[in-house]
Amino acid sequence: MTATITEPRAAARPAPVLHGYRFELVKLLSQWRIRLLIAACWIGPAVFVAAVSLQSSLPADTVFGRWMNATGWAGSLVVLDFSCSWALPLLTALVAGDVFAVEDRLGTWRHLLVAVRSPRRIFVAKTLASLTVILLLVAGLAASGIAGGLAAVGDHPLAGLDGHILAPAEAAGTVLLAWACALAPTLAFAAVGLLGSIALGRSPMGLLMPALLAFVLQLAQLLPLPVAVQLSLPSHAFLAWRGLFTSPAQAGPLLVGLVVSLAWAVIATALAYRLFLRRDFTDVTYDGSGRQVLVAAVLPLAALVALAVGVIAGATPATGSGIDKEKLQASLATAYAHLYRLQTRELNRPDVTEAQLRATASCDKGGSRVVDEGAGNDWRCVVSWHLPGATAVGTAIYQLDVTADGRYVADGDGPKEVNGYFQVRTPTGDAPNPLWQFDGNVDLLASTPKE
Amino acid sequence: MHMTSAVRARGITKSFGDVVALDGLDLDVASGQVHGLVGPNGAGKTTLLGLLLGLAVADSGRLEILGTPVGRTLAVPDGVAGFVDGPGLYPSLTARQNLSALASLRRYDAGGTADVDDALEQVGLTDVADDRVRGFSLGMRQRLGLAAALLTKPRLLVLDEPANGLDPAGKHHVHRVITGLAADGTAVVLSSHRMDDLAALCSDVTILATGRVVFSGPLSKLAAESGELDYRLVTSDPAEAHRLASETPGLRVVPRDPGQRADADVVVRGPVPAVDELVVRLVRDGVALRELGPVVAPLEAAFLALTGTGTGAPPARTDQEDQADQEDMR
Repeated sequence: MTATITEPRAAARPAPVLHGYRFELVKLLSQWRIRLLIAACWIGPAVFVAAVSLQSSLPADTVFGRWMNATGWAGSLVVLDFSCSWALPLLTALVAGDVFAVEDRLGTWRHLLVAVRSPRRIFVAKTLASLTVILLLVAGLAASGIAGGLAAVGDHPLAGLDGHILAPAEAAGTVLLAWACALAPTLAFAAVGLLGSIALGRSPMGLLMPALLAFVLQLAQLLPLPVAVQLSLPSHAFLAWRGLFTSPAQAGPLLVGLVVSLAWAVIATALAYRLFLRRDFTDVTYDGSGRQVLVAAVLPLAALVALAVGVIAGATPATGSGIDKEKLQASLATAYAHLYRLQTRELNRPDVTEAQLRATASCDKGGSRVVDEGAGNDWRCVVSWHLPGATAVGTAIYQLDVTADGRYVADGDGPKEVNGYFQVRTPTGDAPNPLWQFDGNVDLLASTPKE
Repeated sequence: MHMTSAVRARGITKSFGDVVALDGLDLDVASGQVHGLVGPNGAGKTTLLGLLLGLAVADSGRLEILGTPVGRTLAVPDGVAGFVDGPGLYPSLTARQNLSALASLRRYDAGGTADVDDALEQVGLTDVADDRVRGFSLGMRQRLGLAAALLTKPRLLVLDEPANGLDPAGKHHVHRVITGLAADGTAVVLSSHRMDDLAALCSDVTILATGRVVFSGPLSKLAAESGELDYRLVTSDPAEAHRLASETPGLRVVPRDPGQRADADVVVRGPVPAVDELVVRLVRDGVALRELGPVVAPLEAAFLALTGTGTGAPPARTDQEDQADQEDMR
């Protein structure tokens, strides 16, 4: 017997990325969990917004919640605010946090490698497929919330977070822009999900990483951290979209938030990519390694936060908490003037302009022994305004609950005819009083206005 | 006879940390040959199969697959298919979807659904083609894994324990497919712990122990190397059979283990001609022979002998050996 060697063949080419992407998408969409998520995201918000908008009790804890029965656009923003707190990190955890780990659970890495013949292409295909599903889920949340609100309440003007009125077309554009801005931190959390999925293998910790990160960051946002630290967290853009609803828009924190989020998305994806290519796929019991995760994932991201803090502190006028007496006074006076005009229209009184009102506010935090700076529910403000032709100066009192992210709720404390009661008597009957309670937002990066 | 070589490995060494999985391994598998790979757990079978599939590269040595030197991972030529540690299947997809996805990835979709249907039919899964794999038994998964390999029209098929969980019908399908592929010139390398499967399918076997080849060659040569075997006889008169076996030249009676139930069988040890002589004597003395067969299959016996993975206890002593010892003591 003599043996001869067969004609040499070229090494098999890797599968095209498009084919791999399609396969990953088919795998994701064939999972009941993903199908349920898609159905929930495309149906749930519409049902919720439509149902809540028709109730007399509105979710006033959420920004724009108190406007849900006034305009259909508010409902989608309530959904956005809730999604930014919990839904989007959880969705990214369930999709991106599992897209690599599922192969460990099923023991299919070897099969996939033999079929695709390129770990790089597998990484690209899985990343793109998971991002596609996440985008589909976010699009569902946005579209469904908008549809539910418009169907239940209608296409009416929206009051912004400084009380200025956005016409329906402008409201539509700004709402869509706000959802688009929320995509950046969503991508950051998705990248963390990919990193967890690769670093921790079949361990449930990989799946939980985005949700865990979101929880930790939520806790951090409750703390009186310096504004440079707050803005350097990847979750800040989940809050910064609120700045779009003031005039002029609070673009500084939003831009910083978007840049930080995208930096997290890029770096976490790059770390995931490096970790994936270094993995030994012949080890079927691979379950990640604590030390490896610490060195390859946690430390670089912690370094990114430190770098961001340094850059933001050095390149912006951010100091302290970003919340001080002057900013609050300016914000409250502006919002009051805008909403006063709204109340005037409801009461069918002669219109006045903000310039004619010359509204000012005087705020104090916790009495004379407390520094007038930072978050807290012990802010007390007195708003003063003028009416054309009248010599007397009107005054109204507000208690302000200010949170560390710059949001505040102004609660009217009298007089009753102006801001002390939740309804006003209009020629057509009782209507919600826009001056009773309203939301505002302080630009954390703005320079303190001169008095 | 000219044969082309599908696999040619020389001096292959592969380590995982301090563990040497393969130690200077040589292997030749010709096209059209079904080559069995056996060895105890940890012998390096899966590592070797992984190298053949391109999942890993050797630390040293030279490996040629289908005439192509393989020097880096996933660089094996087209025409290599198979699985290690069970077929990779996605339970949320149907059998057809699993195969179609693979065909798309490997760009074998020119034949479209016809190829997928043909592969499913070959392994007898046409009736469940549109069922989700989640509900498949282990045997059905094995057959679907084989169908996935068939889809790529392999020239080298690498299978790890393909008979796991197969019922008789499934086993029949798998054996028919493997022998059919070999007849068409495909080289098949399969690992198995089931010696009956290897005996039925393989023309050649390689036995591995602690990463080294302890035997490689035709099955017939391996059986010949197994030497003397234990045979179990069931007769109508066990006492007479015991006497006749003791008197047959070249045969020794293997005593029962203490506590073993006295039964109608006798176990003897010796070469085949001596066993033939015993059968003649039984018939001549009017003792009916109801059963006769090796206690351990020849291939298995050779495997146990070569790998040193017997029960761990020394071989049972025969009656004659006991008597000789007693005489020495006197």
